Amino acid sequence: MKQHLFEQRHGADWQRFETLLAPLENGKAERQQCESFAADYRHLCQHLALAEERGYSSHLIDRLQQLAMRGHQQFYRHRSHLGAQIIRFVIAGFPQLVRREWRAVLAGSLLFFGALIGMGLLSYLFPELIYSLIAPEQVRQMEEMYDPGARRIGRFAERDSGEDWVMFGYYIMNNIGIAFQTFASGLIFGLGSLFFLLYNGLVIGAIAGHLTRIGYSETFWSFVVGHGAFELTAIAFAGAAGLKLGWALLAPGRLRRAEALRRAAGQAIQLVAGVILFLLIAAFVEAYWSSMTYASAVTKYWVGAGLWLLVIAYFLFAGRTRHAPD
Amino acid sequence: MQPNLALSSTSLLDTRRQVETPEGIDLILRPAGLMPRALAFGIDLLIRGAILLGAFILLGVLGQFGAGLGTILYFLVNWWYPVLFEMLYQGRTPGKKTMGLRVVHDDGTPVGWAASLTRNLLRAVDMLPFAYCVGAISCLSHSSFKRLGDLAAGTLVVYRDEEPKRPQIPEADIERAPFPLSLAEQRAVLDFAERRADLSGARRAELAAILAEPLDSLPDHAEKRLHGIARGLVGSA
Repeated sequence: MKQHLFEQRHGADWQRFETLLAPLENGKAERQQCESFAADYRHLCQHLALAEERGYSSHLIDRLQQLAMRGHQQFYRHRSHLGAQIIRFVIAGFPQLVRREWRAVLAGSLLFFGALIGMGLLSYLFPELIYSLIAPEQVRQMEEMYDPGARRIGRFAERDSGEDWVMFGYYIMNNIGIAFQTFASGLIFGLGSLFFLLYNGLVIGAIAGHLTRIGYSETFWSFVVGHGAFELTAIAFAGAAGLKLGWALLAPGRLRRAEALRRAAGQAIQLVAGVILFLLIAAFVEAYWSSMTYASAVTKYWVGAGLWLLVIAYFLFAGRTRHAPD
Repeated sequence: MQPNLALSSTSLLDTRRQVETPEGIDLILRPAGLMPRALAFGIDLLIRGAILLGAFILLGVLGQFGAGLGTILYFLVNWWYPVLFEMLYQGRTPGKKTMGLRVVHDDGTPVGWAASLTRNLLRAVDMLPFAYCVGAISCLSHSSFKRLGDLAAGTLVVYRDEEPKRPQIPEADIERAPFPLSLAEQRAVLDFAERRADLSGARRAELAAILAEPLDSLPDHAEKRLHGIARGLVGSA
């Protein structure tokens, strides 16, 4: 068949397909219009294959190629049942993932919590040690924040309830920003994640040890115990995700480095999704519970212990049943 | 497979990538280089700046509540602007749309949440140590111009092709080729006729003269003859 005849015969179909693509691309397509889309798309692919096989002109092939490409984009669009995906991830996916990636998670947690606890003990025993890590000015600010005499505690000490919003926003930005940084810098052969895990662990540990030593333990610990369950695990997991990237580059095994990295990133990014979720919870708890003064310190310790147990139980037991919701 | 397409992907200096789809056709992706991507990023940067400036002026009126919203907004614009646009706007941020670019997976399918988040979070590493140095080096040294984020996420930034204009095959007496043409030769003759407007007269004559001998004609008439053969291949128009 000559090209001219071919175009004459099927030109109207291509035209129709093209007019259907426009509303699909703008997300304004009607259900009825799209019923024949799959069939039309395959039909077009067949025409493209024919045109190439018969050596028709570049112009025609380019046009069909382009229509096929646009059709392909719509046909293989990712269905995003985002709500269902998130629920499934929270109920089973995230704890399963953490257990599956236990090596990276363990490494990240050991580095972070090890640095935190070690530095905490050291700065409790050696008063000057904190100044080798944190500037005196900042230490003074920290002391002011958790001064038992203050009416409210936390990073914005003097504030009204309306300002909870400010804190909520600040925590989200600050903490998730740090988590993203910790994750992304893992791409530098894991060195970045290693640094941020250790550095954050050391700083937090130093402050905790210092404040306990000078006798601000009640204000400090009752403040951090609640959201710490979510925030600290999240930072450790973000580091774990970053270490996983770095490890894929250092020891790709039998894969090529690019391929190993791509696979590791697929898993790591899911960890990051969980981290984001945890940090949102942490920011919420920190802004609306930790900083409240109506609850006594004892209540906060109990709630805090409950939250830590909840987090640990979540990662140990959630999603274990065979018929986990999917 | 088309002999000439196979040729173009292996031996010629060409950045096109072919992806075979389940429908049994080859999609052709044209990855975008450093310059258009940098420009697209620049445009996005301006837009982000404008959004933040406008929002801070507006939210400044709201006081403390506004400040809280402002920090959340800053976080969203800083980290989520590219992800949200790529997911909800056919793989394009406004800057990419202006430059005619789009993000897709390596296999040509539209980019998904995980890949988009990966490539945009790892942007932080591509930006190191300053002004996207790492990203630029990676982009320039990869055959498909991928920066590190693209490598990890398995994504490509490709051109979104414009609708081609219909070329006219010049007037000539229809004739049959004096010898059987292979598919590649057939395409070449058609291309020569369709691209007439893009080539200078002297260049056309020069190209056509190569075929004067096999066509059994004078070099001056070869172009006319080729057009005639092209018309014959297409059929009466």
